[in-house]
Amino acid sequence: MSKTTRISIRNLYKIFGADPERALGLVRNGVGKADLLKKHGHVLGLKDINVDMGSGDITVIMGLSGSGKSTLIRHVNRLIEPTAGEIVVDGEDVLRYDAERLRDMRRKQMSMVFQHFALLPHRTVRDNAGMAQAVRGIDRKDYERDAEKWLDRVGLGGQGHQYPHQLSGGMQQRVGIARALTSNSPIMLMDEAFSALDPLIRTDMQDLLLELQGELHKTIVFISHDLDEAMKLADHLVILKDGAVVQQGEPQEILLHPNDPYIVDFISDINRARVLRVRSVMEPGAPDPEEGVAGEVDADDTLESVIARSGGDTSHSFRVMQGGRRVGVLNMQKLVRALVPTRAAEGGMRKRAT
Amino acid sequence: MATYDFIFDSLGLRGWCGDADDGTAGGPMTMEQLLAGGAKAQPAEETFGLSDVWNLPFPSLDALNAACPSVARTRDMTRGVEQSFLAVKDGLKVVLDPLTQPLSWLLEGALYLFQWTPWWLMIPILALVVFYASKSARLVGFVVGALCFLAFIDHYSFAMQTLSIIFVCACLCVLIGVPIGIAMSRSDGLQRAMIPVLDMLQTLPTFVYLIPLIFLFSVTEPKLYGIAIILYAIVPVIRLTDLGIRLVDKEVIEAADAFGMTDRQKLYGVEIPLALPNIMAGVNQTIMMSLAMVVIASLVSAPGLGVLVLRGIRNLELGVGLVAGLGIVLLAVILDRVTKAALARVNAASSLPRH
Repeated sequence: MSKTTRISIRNLYKIFGADPERALGLVRNGVGKADLLKKHGHVLGLKDINVDMGSGDITVIMGLSGSGKSTLIRHVNRLIEPTAGEIVVDGEDVLRYDAERLRDMRRKQMSMVFQHFALLPHRTVRDNAGMAQAVRGIDRKDYERDAEKWLDRVGLGGQGHQYPHQLSGGMQQRVGIARALTSNSPIMLMDEAFSALDPLIRTDMQDLLLELQGELHKTIVFISHDLDEAMKLADHLVILKDGAVVQQGEPQEILLHPNDPYIVDFISDINRARVLRVRSVMEPGAPDPEEGVAGEVDADDTLESVIARSGGDTSHSFRVMQGGRRVGVLNMQKLVRALVPTRAAEGGMRKRAT
Repeated sequence: MATYDFIFDSLGLRGWCGDADDGTAGGPMTMEQLLAGGAKAQPAEETFGLSDVWNLPFPSLDALNAACPSVARTRDMTRGVEQSFLAVKDGLKVVLDPLTQPLSWLLEGALYLFQWTPWWLMIPILALVVFYASKSARLVGFVVGALCFLAFIDHYSFAMQTLSIIFVCACLCVLIGVPIGIAMSRSDGLQRAMIPVLDMLQTLPTFVYLIPLIFLFSVTEPKLYGIAIILYAIVPVIRLTDLGIRLVDKEVIEAADAFGMTDRQKLYGVEIPLALPNIMAGVNQTIMMSLAMVVIASLVSAPGLGVLVLRGIRNLELGVGLVAGLGIVLLAVILDRVTKAALARVNAASSLPRH
């Protein structure tokens, strides 16, 4: 997986209101979101966002409702115009594009999946899936073949003649994903794509996305308010609060070293054994302990699976392997310590608040 | 002495008013003056009693005129309106006449076509149209039955005249109204400007705009009633087109933008199809209102069943009026059922997605 930056967001501000330029000056001089709304009547949407999204990565942008995550993703394809800042895609500033060039980018470079699917209710599933290519002016014959291929791939083979309202929510979102895939665009924007689905179906869809990503290596920007989902999908995790980035980085890293009480609170409910990987808690490069190892584990195994193997015995150590090479040692006691949430003794913010 | 003398006296305008006791300073004589003249002036009592306060007239134009003849009376005002309308009438006619002439041709053409086509061809054609619109054999049966009944009681040609006028007017309403509705949905300013106009068209008593139309166009011209019908019936299709397009799911519009649709692709591929149920509801209303108006328009020489109703009223021919009324009801039911069936089919084809 190459690690070149595909989408780069630089110093992005978005202020909603009658005179965003004036409000921008205030925000740059340190006026906060609450003050801006109360005293100046403007809503601070996004504040000084800097994010680099790697090519072939899934970048998950996470935050509670109102944190600006849906606003942020809409800046990438300019469904919303920023107040200030730069959005660089493949080395070009998207904000400089005129209408024609922008449309071309939306047609060929990017596709989008929506929370409530946003399918065309009067078109068949096949037409919906082929929509991106139809918009480009490609012949029906050609795009139908592509549409059928991707519908098949997302598990909707033979449903092409149906109308969206004849399908369940999960199936409709599969159409949404097939529509994005049929556009053959290298970048996929997914706005809370699985949030409207039942938990079981959501897990299915996450697995489907990871499976597809394993083959296709698209650059995916994924919005979510669900930490488990974010941890499962993210190569790069960005946490937003009140329109500003609180912390970003590798999800394991954020989980082990949260730098803000907001994030501590966020991650306190998560099942850490299922999310944390061996590589995050091992001692890299350490020699085998004198008493010997109980076996070998893979660096990308979850702690849950290691606990299952150890049978709950904390005296063991495991040798950690990655790609057939020995990369470190995992001590069970360290593993158990890692399961305790950071600063758990202090209690979460919620606890302190009550 | 008039009640409001004191105003003009205190303002020192008596001189401007001229001779206060003249009372007939030009202009047509009012009925009151005529009666007063007949009764001969009683001596004016200068005492001021409670009944004078109770009967205090509003300082209207007429009351002020009584005190000061230089103030125009309401009669003069309405006369002024009439004069100014007549003054611009000729200029307006030069513009409007050629502009609306095609409407006359269309109406004449449709009237001729509907009546020239023999009944044994017309009824099957209508049955086919109904079937195409509704895909319902029962409805086709009902329509054919109703038309045959009308033909059996010799109301067939009247019904065809009415139908042809509705056909032309409703088509024009859709052709004009849908683009206006789309423009309104695009611009809040235009919407704000149009809504009072639409409210006015809908609430003005139909006779009120028949009056200036009669002055503008000759009563023998079909466009006179054509315009009256269109003005009256176009409102719902405009309103519901505007509403329908504004109600299109914002996320679907976002999706259309996100996949790079042009405005044209978005309008024809997304907005109009998704607004179609509402637009069709507007078309249904428009057709029903055209039918209502075509009856009234028989006052200004619109042919059709309305003429028979009018004859019933004028000559007190009870039976003629009632039977023609029944025919109108039958036509209304036919038009309503057929457009509703078409609407139901549109609805079924584009049900909203489950959220």
